[in-house]
Amino acid sequence: MNQQTALLSIEQLQVCIAGRPLIHGLDLQLRAGQILGLVGESGSGKSLTALSILGLLPRGAQRAGRILLDGEDLLTKSERALNAIRGRDIGMVFQEPMTALNPLIPIGEQVAEVLRLHGGLARRAALARAAELLERVGLPAARFGLERYPHQLSGGQRQRVAIAIAIALKPRLLIADEPTTALDVSTQAQILELLRRLVREEGCALLLVTHDLAVVAELADRVAVLREGGVVEEGAAQSVLSHPREAYTQGLLQHSRLPRQAPRYGDRSDGADAAPLLEVRELVREYRLGGGLFAKPTGLRAVDGVSLTVRPGETVGLVGESGCGKSTLLRAILGLDAPQGGEIRLQGQVYTGREPALRRRVQIVFQDPYGSFDPRWRVWQLVAEPLHLLGRMPDPAECRRRVGALLEQVGLRAADAERFAHEFSGGQRQRIAIARALITEPALIVLDEAVSALDVSIRAQILALLARLARERGIAYLFVSHDLAVVRAITERVYVMAQGRIVESGATQEVFEAPQHPYTARLLAATPDLERALAARALPQPLVDLAEA
Amino acid sequence: MSPRSWSLRLGLVLSLGFVALALLALWWTPFDTAQLAVAERLQGPGARHWLGTDQLGRDVLSLLMRGAATSLGVALVAVAVGAGLGVPLGLWAAARGGWVDELIMRANDVVFAFPSLLLAILITTWLGPGALNAILAIAVFNIPVFARIVRGGALGLWTREFILAARVAGKGRLRISAEHVLPNLAGLLLVQLSIQLSLGLLAETGLSYLGLGTQPPLPSWGRMLADAQTLTALAPSLALFPGLAVMLAVLGFNLLGDGLRDRLDPRLQGQQGAVR
Repeated sequence: MNQQTALLSIEQLQVCIAGRPLIHGLDLQLRAGQILGLVGESGSGKSLTALSILGLLPRGAQRAGRILLDGEDLLTKSERALNAIRGRDIGMVFQEPMTALNPLIPIGEQVAEVLRLHGGLARRAALARAAELLERVGLPAARFGLERYPHQLSGGQRQRVAIAIAIALKPRLLIADEPTTALDVSTQAQILELLRRLVREEGCALLLVTHDLAVVAELADRVAVLREGGVVEEGAAQSVLSHPREAYTQGLLQHSRLPRQAPRYGDRSDGADAAPLLEVRELVREYRLGGGLFAKPTGLRAVDGVSLTVRPGETVGLVGESGCGKSTLLRAILGLDAPQGGEIRLQGQVYTGREPALRRRVQIVFQDPYGSFDPRWRVWQLVAEPLHLLGRMPDPAECRRRVGALLEQVGLRAADAERFAHEFSGGQRQRIAIARALITEPALIVLDEAVSALDVSIRAQILALLARLARERGIAYLFVSHDLAVVRAITERVYVMAQGRIVESGATQEVFEAPQHPYTARLLAATPDLERALAARALPQPLVDLAEA
Repeated sequence: MSPRSWSLRLGLVLSLGFVALALLALWWTPFDTAQLAVAERLQGPGARHWLGTDQLGRDVLSLLMRGAATSLGVALVAVAVGAGLGVPLGLWAAARGGWVDELIMRANDVVFAFPSLLLAILITTWLGPGALNAILAIAVFNIPVFARIVRGGALGLWTREFILAARVAGKGRLRISAEHVLPNLAGLLLVQLSIQLSLGLLAETGLSYLGLGTQPPLPSWGRMLADAQTLTALAPSLALFPGLAVMLAVLGFNLLGDGLRDRLDPRLQGQQGAVR
């Protein structure tokens, strides 16, 4: 590929922030009509690369090298010149659809604004064009009026609006930074399909920044693997993903390929017949929506007659998309909210959350390794907090001793107890969270999307740690996730939840291989799958050939 | 030095300066403010009386210092009482939710619905003028300010996972409010305290000016301004100095508040971290 035919050409890009070199000597090229997947773990510099192209680096960042868009160097342009280029020549879609739109402006106006600013269209014409654009991204005006506000739309619909804005002026380059990471799998599949279609129809180039190799495998023509601010490996997606040359890429692929069947931890001959550890029977939990002093509230049944069991030492999955009620169910299981109907039994005893002796048998690890610790507390205080359930808090020396021992068990150092949570990386924080869950010696740990925010290599380490703890301590896990691949890799049984009900349950292997409920089947089909995508790629692909020609 | 840290320093210097002056005045002033010396009345600024004398011959500098003690004292106590009641109410409203929240916040709305000065006039006309009643009046309209700001901050914290973790650890709402919520609102509170202090100072001056606050012979900035009003043609400096004192003190506390907010808010910290 030579420079003349490249739409975007990044040469020896260097970015320094606060004196720290974060990108050193990065080279990338992208041609019109092509999709380039920019993959890497957090801190690899993939988002910074995307922001450099747009000239949106944080203030104080120093750049060197060249970024050529159709032969023009973007790095030498003034802010004013870049303003004209952003939107007109380069469109951008961000990760978070909740914050990418202005909450106070109707969606039609937001799309029209770009057209009026850059395209010079009058208000009426701009709105008419906005309607067309929204229809193109799957929001027909008949059902999604231009006068709707962002909060009236779902996450996926908002991301469609963001895409409509990004493509409004037919940019030659579209940059999408983790465009589907915040979305459910079925929504993700639709957005990826939309992006693929737009590239095909508009002939623009797409720079797809993502951590998810399966997404790249489904969409990208070429792949560039980034690590520590440089390109490790670059080439056609098919060859890089099927036959990676570099050890780093091989490792990334290996961690992304999860086993398709969970290992059984140790010998549990008592398994199926054992008395259930957790038994949820016909649980109902309603929320009152709206209402107030004068308005009558309406009820929303978030959990609608759910029953599930977890036996001692068992790893059980609970999957479902956002809004299906799984968080509400979890809150009830943790005794945080009282259910309106049904009951929860723990080790055979009725459990309402007011029994400390039972409560200490269930602990939780949250998704967000950043939000789950009080920023003002030290690690030993954080990890020791659940000891409150034992009635009398041990003295600080005893707390420190116990916490230190636990930290070593989860792969940290005892000395880490004196530090604050923000001094640790995401993976280390999840280890701290696991230590906190272990300190009351629970029989069940609820893992609420506990590995969803982690890089694949870190995810592999945390999953291995969880497996070891299950083996050594016989702890049962209730693993709640929207990530079907992880659920498949570590759970023995699975419950599929939709609209407040369990729609399907059974042995994970059977449910995933022969789903009985159409919802489960849809969910499975929508989940990006590295193997499946690579197999599909092995078939001849005329479109890719056309772009290469 | 960035403009922001510059304003924080100026704010610190001004507010600490006035506090120091007020503290000093409790033990020592250049002249006795209760001693009248009619022979020396209405002198301009000079070597003996740096800021001149008033219509009764009292030293203006000494009056200003004692006035600082009164005005700052009233504002401090009033804001402390307002925060002392408002903060727990806000924490309780956020922790309990439901009808408790509704009751507390609607009661706050009622207090908020009256213009604060009108409320203060109402209280002082009902209970009679005096420093104590000024404190009461200012404190009452500080309660909803603190209740509201604490409730808002606390509601955001209650949805955070570390609070959920504390609940899973079996801790009650009261304990979580004290151990997790309040410490994480400390920065917010510190800022609001300094802003309310400057507003309290203004309110005290206004009440005394109207004759509803501090009563003679206790000197206060508001009283000095009221006395000076009739004499502006004869001795303009009499209004100038207390006016300046009020302005600088309010400016000082406001700068301090703004500076602290910028210093403590991680979102505003080190702007180079933010994406433009």
